[in-house]
Amino acid sequence: MDQRRIRNFSIIAHIDHGKSTLADRLLEETGALTEREKTNQFLDKLDLERERGITIKAQTVRLNYRADDGQDYILNLIDTPGHVDFSYEVSRSLSACEGGLLVVDASQGVEAQTLANVYLAIDQNLEVFPVLNKIDLPGAEPQRIKEEIEEIIGLDTADAVEASAKEGIGIHDILESIIAKVPPPTGDVDAPLKALIFDSWYDSYQGVIILVRVMDGTLRKGEKIKLMTNNKSYEILKLGAFSPHPVELPELAAGEVGFLVAGIKNVHDAKVGDTITHLNRSAETPLPGFKEVKPMVFSGLYPIDSGDYDALRDAMEKLRLNDSSFTFEPENSMALGFGFRCGFLGLLHMEIIQERLEREFNVDLITTAPTVSYQVTTVKGEELIVDSANKLPEVQFIQEIREPFILASIHVPNDFVGGVLALCTEKRGVQREIKYLTANRVMVVYELPLNEIVLDFFDRLKSLSRGYASLDYEFIDYRPSQLVRLNIMINGEVVDALSLIVHRDKVQYRGRELVAKMKEFIPRQQFEVAIQAAIGNKVVARVNVKALRKDVTAKCYGGDISRKRKLLEKQKEGKKRMKQVGSVELPQEAFLAILKVKEK
Amino acid sequence: MSNQTLSKCDSNPALYLHIPFCRSKCPYCDFYSQVADQAQLNGYVDLLLRHLAWLRDNQVFASPLGTVFFGGGTPSLLTPGQVAAILDQLQRTVGLTGDAEISLEANPGTVDLARLRGYRQAGVNRLSFGVQSLQAGALQLLGRGHSTREAVQAVAWARQAGFSNIGCDLMFGLPGQGRGELLQDLAALLQLQPDHLSCYGLTVEAGTPFEQLELSGALKLPDEDEFPELYLTVHEQLTGAGFEHYEISNYARPGHACCHNLAYWRRQTCFAVGAGAHSFTAGGYGTRRAVPADLQRYRRSLEQGRDPALTLETFDRQGAMAETLYLGLRCREGVADADFRRRFGLGVAEAFPEALRRCGERLTLDGGRWRFDLQGWLLYDHFISFFL
Repeated sequence: MDQRRIRNFSIIAHIDHGKSTLADRLLEETGALTEREKTNQFLDKLDLERERGITIKAQTVRLNYRADDGQDYILNLIDTPGHVDFSYEVSRSLSACEGGLLVVDASQGVEAQTLANVYLAIDQNLEVFPVLNKIDLPGAEPQRIKEEIEEIIGLDTADAVEASAKEGIGIHDILESIIAKVPPPTGDVDAPLKALIFDSWYDSYQGVIILVRVMDGTLRKGEKIKLMTNNKSYEILKLGAFSPHPVELPELAAGEVGFLVAGIKNVHDAKVGDTITHLNRSAETPLPGFKEVKPMVFSGLYPIDSGDYDALRDAMEKLRLNDSSFTFEPENSMALGFGFRCGFLGLLHMEIIQERLEREFNVDLITTAPTVSYQVTTVKGEELIVDSANKLPEVQFIQEIREPFILASIHVPNDFVGGVLALCTEKRGVQREIKYLTANRVMVVYELPLNEIVLDFFDRLKSLSRGYASLDYEFIDYRPSQLVRLNIMINGEVVDALSLIVHRDKVQYRGRELVAKMKEFIPRQQFEVAIQAAIGNKVVARVNVKALRKDVTAKCYGGDISRKRKLLEKQKEGKKRMKQVGSVELPQEAFLAILKVKEK
Repeated sequence: MSNQTLSKCDSNPALYLHIPFCRSKCPYCDFYSQVADQAQLNGYVDLLLRHLAWLRDNQVFASPLGTVFFGGGTPSLLTPGQVAAILDQLQRTVGLTGDAEISLEANPGTVDLARLRGYRQAGVNRLSFGVQSLQAGALQLLGRGHSTREAVQAVAWARQAGFSNIGCDLMFGLPGQGRGELLQDLAALLQLQPDHLSCYGLTVEAGTPFEQLELSGALKLPDEDEFPELYLTVHEQLTGAGFEHYEISNYARPGHACCHNLAYWRRQTCFAVGAGAHSFTAGGYGTRRAVPADLQRYRRSLEQGRDPALTLETFDRQGAMAETLYLGLRCREGVADADFRRRFGLGVAEAFPEALRRCGERLTLDGGRWRFDLQGWLLYDHFISFFL
């Protein structure tokens, strides 16, 4: 294939700005989808992606297009996830491209995450050109948004395409722009092979499927290849491209994008970012590759039914095959039994993993409140990484605790700036910058402790800005902080699963909030139950659940006997699922009230 | 527990007749009943007689009945003639013991002196009046369809008609009722000199209009913390007036405990006829059966000569042990450890060590019998579920 007839591009867009719909239109316009296949959002393979309108895993699709110049082109669309948690995947996808469509909602304008991804693209020397989507909507203000794009990002919008993916407006113009603006790939077809792995996943029939971008040289079916990080060699069994259905090809040459199957059993052997070369004619140096991502947010996942433990572990192992950023290790909680402490890239990632486990693997889960990992220096000088409160040593053994800080950029309409500033201050933020991007759009930059972000920051931000604020963040560093372990005690016994790491200034407030919330869910028991929040021995909040005073069936005659007895038996069955803390029976809901991410 | 109260109750089988008809439905009641006219009642009595005949023909009855209980619904909708027809048939077929207790539940608004005389002549020797309260406001709220005056009058007529065993039902824990109001109600009730009192804390049952009211916030019942005081007030007043508190909700003058109900709590055999009636046979570890509360089905079964009852549950040893305590510990007489051991081969403490431990001092062995104290009764469901 003549490299001059190839265009590799991504679509960069904020969630809801219409990326998936646009991708569908491009597929339709180029004839890649049959009528029957025109289900919405073809590229979003997971149910979850389609339902939530977000893209999690990168997908590629090869489009054949005869342009207005009469030439046939191959357009490789490399889809990118649009959420803050997945920016590492975005950079992977972008590294396989020469250009990017910046899709901006013609009424909403540029969002924080879009900006971040555009900068990623520009950093990688991609040619980025804007598309204004949803111009059919009554609120569309293409002129204003163009100005915004010029002011904020500095992109020339003179040739920006005005489109409506939903209505099919401007699709042809977009395709022509891709041909005109995205540079064709370069790379020496005859040089030693360098192919970048930019995604891989496990398929139970074929083994690991690798998405590659060939940078130099040519891949051919049947050849022996070598992975440059681990020197393992394989034979290429299948080569091809998705258009969007897999089509086998005899070769993939420099500039092309496609898939490769080589009988690799373990997805960890085909690491994303690795370089593939030929076994007998190896490239000298690998491609730069990617920084490995580390989980930033942690939580416990427990099966509601303890009998599901093994099923949960199997399911997690399967998910991990295709998602190396998800980590888990067994954890045992007095209250919740056996489960796993899991690491995620962020809150959305956590929710997605949880939903996939529940949906695809049919395991009902309790998810504990998300936490971050802390660095602890003990008085003896040991360095610990603590990712859950019950692993935090007692106060007297701690020299210093450091918590992760992030740099958060929030884009928000002028009207809501006050609320955003108040929220950031409440969340212990340090202001770095407030900048008017346009007369009405403000960028607020704060340094914030990540543990405040994982609590409820995003929800609060969305609600105080009526959904208009957008957030992007990056990790900065670990900083010493006045953090303490807040314990919840039931009749004097610490409930390990409910301990939290909290900033000293928030102890009173959180303590009171937690005990009040628990009280709602603890039924009266034979004896009074004291619910306390405490730091070490110091109680900071307390409420009591009064003792049971009446629990008696008044009438129990002929027709009542079996029915009422069975009712009691059923109640007792329910109590069996309660967790015993000392002599107190705590229903699952009491834990969930505190542990769960948020009210659903 | 005086032996005098209970000794008259023997172990002869009991018979329950269910009359699933009322003049109107009370908003707190979850029993099966329908509003019916006299023609329907006649038809129903025919079915009862047929059912009794079926039981006789199939050799279900073994020995003379010790108790007969007309329950409902509102059995006092039956005419004395209908009651007599039923009792005559019983007398002719299975037979009644010489001192058989024959009870009939009556709504005070449905009876007059003549009718009560008729019942007495038919053989009824115990009346249980659904008085519920002697306060007008309370009666109206409960939707009883009878007045305070009617209740007082009915009890007086019953005496006049020759009844020497009269029971009244009382409800407490009514909306807006404090200790003061309850004391007034109790005093007024004691004026009637009943022989037996069933005192129920008002319970909101699922599916009743009261449940709707409560959910909507329109029914303000005394809260859980006020209940014990009311319950203990009833206990003090009635035991002070010479009544024995012989079951969680039941009080009797010496010698006037309801043998029929004791049969339930002692897990003695009780036959049952009528749609919605439950029977229990003590053979083996016990079997409980029920006639579905469906009049059409009831008629069809009997017309086709089939047994209208379905087996509800057949007990195994563990189930029988648990239920023996679940029922027996409702009574002041409690459960005799020796009886239990004779029946099941081991004592209560061996069968339920953990449950006994958890009941602590609320449940004790005294004079060979296991009994709950009053505080234990207040949390009866909580404690007894340890045994289930």
